[in-house]
Amino acid sequence: MSNPTRIMAVASAGGHWVQLMRLRPSWKGMDVSYVSTDPGLEALLGTGAGEGIEARFKFYPVVDANRWTKMKLVKQLFQLLWIIVKTRPHVIITTGAAPGYFALRIGKMMGARTIWVDSIANAEELSLSGQQVRKFADLWLTQWQHLERPDGPDYKGSVI
Amino acid sequence: MIFVTVGTQGPFERMVKAVDDWCAATPDAPPVFGQIGAPLGSTHKPQHFEWAERLDPGEFNRRFQEAALIVSHAGMGSIISALQGGKQIVVMPRLARLQEHRNEHQLATVRQMASRPGVHVAEDEAELPAVMAEALARARDKDAPVIDAFADASFTDALRAFIQKS
Repeated sequence: MSNPTRIMAVASAGGHWVQLMRLRPSWKGMDVSYVSTDPGLEALLGTGAGEGIEARFKFYPVVDANRWTKMKLVKQLFQLLWIIVKTRPHVIITTGAAPGYFALRIGKMMGARTIWVDSIANAEELSLSGQQVRKFADLWLTQWQHLERPDGPDYKGSVI
Repeated sequence: MIFVTVGTQGPFERMVKAVDDWCAATPDAPPVFGQIGAPLGSTHKPQHFEWAERLDPGEFNRRFQEAALIVSHAGMGSIISALQGGKQIVVMPRLARLQEHRNEHQLATVRQMASRPGVHVAEDEAELPAVMAEALARARDKDAPVIDAFADASFTDALRAFIQKS
């Protein structure tokens, strides 16, 4: 039997993570590396409706950062670089924000296929990171049909 | 129990103070617990309810699940969690023009989510007391409808098809 697909699922803690968790059936039975900014999230992955959905998973915490905390962003970038080098994901999927942006940029250089799911909170325009990540996303999605455009982003549904 | 949360984007003093005032003015109010964010530039500490700056995700979920009513900034994480848990939720949007967020997307969120059963919108601190009272009465009456734990299968199937494409 071949090894399962290796997927990396990335989101900062809070609403981005809540949305990522609602996509878990997308990688049912796969080998998953989760990345987020709050180490306390790890304990919740093995409980509730998503329990046992992955073939196996490992959780990697990274430092919390945004565009106003530049030094932490640099640290987060290097942490993600290390995790991606170590785990070699075939596919990286993210619901945002900063760690997802970095993961897609690094992943693209390393030959992974990449998915950006822009947060459902962006109902009237794509997030800034969503706009900036465009060239690094093989699948570039909005969760609002009225934001879909012929040359992207595409719309394939929403988390709710 | 009413659970108050400002999410992960720092303090939201306007909402926290309005809830504090509501508690002071409502002698028969149920117990309130608030996650009120890191105190960056924040001077107001709630006097009339228990609070923490931040909560571990496990503790956050426990308090969220135990609550009869959620009062939150208009973040999609809170709204989705309330829909998943069958909770009535009051949401008040952060405003970028008051430096409460990076842009005005929470105004868009309340426009889009106001029609969902169980979601009660307070546009500002002036509206919050009446909306809280109404939502609390509704919460005592019945739970909000519960949505499934996962996104619609048409969406996750489309993502899965992309993931498995060799």
